[in-house]
Amino acid sequence: MAAISAHGLERAFKGGIKAVDGIDLDIPEGEIYGFLGPNGAGKTTTVRMLVTLLKPTGGSATVAGHDVASNPGAVRSRIGVALQEAALDPLMTGNELMALQATLQGMRGQDAANKCVELIERVGLTDAADRRVGGYSGGMKRRLDLALALVHSPSVLFLDEPTTGLDPTSRFALWREVSRLRDEGTTVFLTTQYLEEADQLADRVGIICDGRIVAEGTPDGLKSEVGASHIEIALSEGVSAAAAEAALANLGTPMPATGRHDVSIRLKDPSTGVADAVRVLDDAGLSLDEVELVRPSLDDVFLEKTGHRLEGASDSPQE
Amino acid sequence: MTAASFALAGRALRVTLRRPQFLAPMLAFPSLLLAVNTGGLSQATQLPGFPPVPSFFDFQLAAAISQSLLLGGVGTGIAVALELELGFFDRLVAAPIPRAAIVAGRLLSASCIAAIQVTWFVGLDLIFGSGIEEGIGGLLIVYSISMIAGTGFAAIGITLALRAGNASTVQGIFPLIFVILFLSSAFFPEDLLTSPVDVIARYNPLSYVANGIRSPIIGAGDTETILLGYASAIGILAVFGALAVRALHGRIGDR
Repeated sequence: MAAISAHGLERAFKGGIKAVDGIDLDIPEGEIYGFLGPNGAGKTTTVRMLVTLLKPTGGSATVAGHDVASNPGAVRSRIGVALQEAALDPLMTGNELMALQATLQGMRGQDAANKCVELIERVGLTDAADRRVGGYSGGMKRRLDLALALVHSPSVLFLDEPTTGLDPTSRFALWREVSRLRDEGTTVFLTTQYLEEADQLADRVGIICDGRIVAEGTPDGLKSEVGASHIEIALSEGVSAAAAEAALANLGTPMPATGRHDVSIRLKDPSTGVADAVRVLDDAGLSLDEVELVRPSLDDVFLEKTGHRLEGASDSPQE
Repeated sequence: MTAASFALAGRALRVTLRRPQFLAPMLAFPSLLLAVNTGGLSQATQLPGFPPVPSFFDFQLAAAISQSLLLGGVGTGIAVALELELGFFDRLVAAPIPRAAIVAGRLLSASCIAAIQVTWFVGLDLIFGSGIEEGIGGLLIVYSISMIAGTGFAAIGITLALRAGNASTVQGIFPLIFVILFLSSAFFPEDLLTSPVDVIARYNPLSYVANGIRSPIIGAGDTETILLGYASAIGILAVFGALAVRALHGRIGDR
C-alpha cells in the first residue's frame, strides 16, 4: 500500500491562481521522498494539503490509507508534521511542549512520559529540556520540532524544509536522524530547496516547478537522464566568452554559466576530459584561469526540466 | 470537555503567567484608575441619588474588576492572534483533537485568569476598602459573575483574533474598552448619568455585569441586580462563545 498517494491534486487560491496544478504522487511505505523546488513552486501548499491544513480544490489524496479531504481526523492521528517554521511557543520548555503534544495525540500516563524522555534523549536535548524554548538555537528548535512530530510514532512524517537556516553541523545531525527514521520504517516526505539535501537523503526525488511535478525518480536515475558531464571555465581577463564558446563548439553545447565561471559546455562525449578543452582553447589562443569537470547534479536535472537553475531561484514568487 | 481542552488550558494559563507584560496591565491600569477615581471623586457619594455605600472605593471596585476583565479579554485575543502569526495554531489544528477544544482550552484558562484578577481586587478591598459586605456568600457571587463575564470577554477577544488573524488588529480595539466601560453604569450610578449616556448604559450589558458584581460588595442586598448580572455575563459568554467557535470553523473550515 502506498503511504502517500495523490491524483490530480490541485489547490487554487482567490483569483484562480493555482499554487498546485494537478500533482500525482505514489510514495511507498518506508521511503524518503524528496520534494524539490524553489520558493513559490508549490511545495508548502502541497504539504499543507497532505497534512490536512488546507483543503484541495481538485483531485484527491490519501495519506496512511485515509483520504485527506473526507477523513482528515484519521490522517492527523497517523502523521507527524514539522512545518517550515518550527512553530514552538518560546515561553514553554522542551519537556512541557513534549507533554502537551503527547496529550494532543491522545497519549496518557507513564507510556507517554517514557516516550517523551526517549525522544528528547534521541534528539540530544536532555540537558536543555527544562529550559524555555525561546533560548534554544535554530538547530535545537528544529530537533525539538522533530521530536514533537515523532511523539506518537507516526507512520508518515512530513518535514517541510527542515534544515533551512541551519548551520552545517545541525543540518548533518538532522540528516542522520531522518535516515535513521527511514531505516526504522517511517515514510518521510521531505520538502527542500537544497539540492545536496535531496541528493543525500532521498530515495526518490520529485521536482516541482510552477505547481507541477516536472521530473521524478531516484537521484542517480534523474542525473543519468540528463546525460553527460559538463565543463566550467573561468577565462582570463579580457578573453571573450563568446569566442571561447565558439572554439569549444565541437566538444559540446553551451549552457548558462554560473558563479565565477564564464563558460559552461555540456560535453557530447563523456570520455572528453579537461585536457581536451584546455588544448582547444590553447589552439585558439584563448587563455583561461580555471577549468573544472562537473558531473551531472540535480541542479542540472532541474535546469534540463525547467529551463532555469534551482539555486539562486529563491526570488521566485512566494507561496 | 476533553483532556486536550484541559491540557491547552493549562498551557495557556502557564504561558500567561510567564508573560508579565500581558498580565500586569490587566491589574495595574484598573488599580491606578481605581486609586485616581477614589482619591479625586470620593465626595461623589454625597450627591443626591447616589446609593448608600460603605465608601466610594467599594463602589468603584466593580468598575475596576470589570475593566480588568475586559483587558483580560483583549489579552486573550492578542495571545490567540500571536499563535496564529507564529504558526503554533497550525500545530493545534494538525493534531487529532476536536476543534472546539482549541477554543474551550482558551476559555477555561481565561476563567482561571479572571479568578486571579478578582483575587487581586478583593485583596485591595480588604486593604483599602471595607471588604465584601455580604460576606462569603457575596464573595462567591463576585467571583462567579466575574469569572463568567471574564470568560465571555475572552470569547470576544478570541472571535476578533480568529476573524482578524493578526495581533495588531486585536490590539487596536484597546481604546474601545474604555469607551464601552464609560458608556455603562460601572463608574457612576445610572441615575446620575446624563442623556444620552444613561440610555446607552441601560442597554449596555456591561452595566448589568458591573452592577451584579457591585451589589454584594456594597451590601445592596439586591437579588434582581445580581440575577441580571449573572444573566448578562452568561449571555455574553453564550453569544460570543458561539461566535468564537464559528470564527474558528470559518478560519479552518477550509482545511
